[in-house]
Amino acid sequence: MATGAIRIGLNAKRARTAWLFLAPSLLVLFAVALWPLGRTFLFSFTDAFLTEPDIYAYIGLENYFTLFEDPLWWQSVRNTLYFTVVSVSIETALGLAIALLLNAHMSGRGFMRAVILIPWSIPVVVSARMWQWMLHDQFGILNHVLKLMGVIDHGIAWTANPDLVMPVIIAVDVWITTPFMVLLILAGLQMLPKSIYEAASIDGVSEWRQFTALTLPLLAPSIAVAVLFRLLDALRMFDLSFVLSSNSDDTKTVSIYAREVLVNFQDMGVGSAASAAIFLMIAVVTAIYVTVFRLNRKLLGV
Amino acid sequence: MVRSATGRRLHRIAIYGLFAVVALYTLFPFYWMIASSLKSGQAIFDVTFLPDLKFNNYEAILSDGVFLRSLLNSLVVAASVVALSLGLAIAAAYALGRIDFRGRSPIMFLFLAVSMFPQIALLSGLFEMIRWLGLYNTLGSLIFAYMIFTLPFNIWVLTTFMRSLPRQIEEAAIMDGCSPLRIVRCIFLPMMGPALISTGLLAFIASWNEFLFALTFILTDENRTVPVAIALISGSSRYEFPYGAIMAASTIVTVPLIVMALLFQKYIVSGLTAGAVKG
Repeated sequence: MATGAIRIGLNAKRARTAWLFLAPSLLVLFAVALWPLGRTFLFSFTDAFLTEPDIYAYIGLENYFTLFEDPLWWQSVRNTLYFTVVSVSIETALGLAIALLLNAHMSGRGFMRAVILIPWSIPVVVSARMWQWMLHDQFGILNHVLKLMGVIDHGIAWTANPDLVMPVIIAVDVWITTPFMVLLILAGLQMLPKSIYEAASIDGVSEWRQFTALTLPLLAPSIAVAVLFRLLDALRMFDLSFVLSSNSDDTKTVSIYAREVLVNFQDMGVGSAASAAIFLMIAVVTAIYVTVFRLNRKLLGV
Repeated sequence: MVRSATGRRLHRIAIYGLFAVVALYTLFPFYWMIASSLKSGQAIFDVTFLPDLKFNNYEAILSDGVFLRSLLNSLVVAASVVALSLGLAIAAAYALGRIDFRGRSPIMFLFLAVSMFPQIALLSGLFEMIRWLGLYNTLGSLIFAYMIFTLPFNIWVLTTFMRSLPRQIEEAAIMDGCSPLRIVRCIFLPMMGPALISTGLLAFIASWNEFLFALTFILTDENRTVPVAIALISGSSRYEFPYGAIMAASTIVTVPLIVMALLFQKYIVSGLTAGAVKG
């Protein structure tokens, strides 16, 4: 009885400690994320300008009407969705292939894993600049090699041609982020129990059957989580398009659109409306994805 | 399925062939960046696969005070973000990982949700907040803003790590009446080395590479970080075709990251997968 009372007292004290230890982090996240998010939504109903954000009046949904009447907004939505679907699909397929390759028990795979980490770890701006130079229409190495091979006569303007610029951006994104997929899928592969493969081999199950009947289903949750992270990343893509093709409407993403309205045009109202719309778009995509793939248990670990 | 000796050899050759393809695809752009940075003047426009080993571009970019300044700025921002986000996250992770209290699950969910916020959704509200705090156009604005993507992630990974430690290790200390701060410092910190290295490295890389906030919250050249500095080097200004300089600057920014990736590969990968697979 007495120890029970002590334990309860101790637990209450421990709970106080918990809140005390959490307070600084909660305060920071409130200041840096929750409050600004709320203010963004609030500004989206006002006529505020970035130069003087204190002076504003509520104008209802007008900013949203302005936004939804702008064809460029819808184009940037289409660009973003197209970019996301195509690049994440390619990255998943390629990431799976390379992960299976690196999972082979061979010497040199430690080195390969370090190599594959490099494109992911450097700034996107640097990758964009690097590829911009390789894809240069006059002096780029790619055009040079293609000319040597006799594939083309004149250099291709990879980032200036409206039909090519999106595929180019997707290709560079694949180069940058496939490593991320590889590493996550590889981690999933290494958690698979070896014994089932031994059993399957003894039963004479072909390697292809082992892959489709064992590896893929067991790996599906790992892949699903990796894809979710990539989806969230791709939907807010900013820097790659900004550096590689800053002024092209063909690769304008929603993030670029929103920042342009907010910073370049100083229109805090419409810019915030665009930001709020992006937030809702990403929240809906995430909710659907998590529900469809039943990831909530895996993500929350409960 | 037993393969013949030749079959096995072919298999090995095929795998090493594919290794080579992947390595070439991954590394050639870096080789080309470094090779281009080492060509001087007009030589960069001739496609030769071997570099000249001329360091003019490096001299030019390093004698440019603005670029050196932005390197220093990036270092200050990344180091401060690592220190601050780890300090806050260790305390939070102790609360979430070692103490059962009401409200634990909703708070974990809150951190997870915040880590999924698109940065652009916060831009106008954050702009206002940063001005209000008097941080606009200072490195402090970035250190503050980068908490969004480093803090929740660090808390998740460190919480998972703390929970995996056995219950008994702190029980004696609690019964002895040690203060929680002392328990964290003397019992948990020494055991957390690997987890701290992982999360610290990832926070460093993310801060070193961040672009959108760095572009928006910094107004003047002398306060910029390197990704923005490199993005803003353009033909219209001092250099006409400054690709040599851009490649040299890119190489300088990339080298520390490559060294880190090679030295700490295991830690980075375990941090990434802890965040994504378990977290």
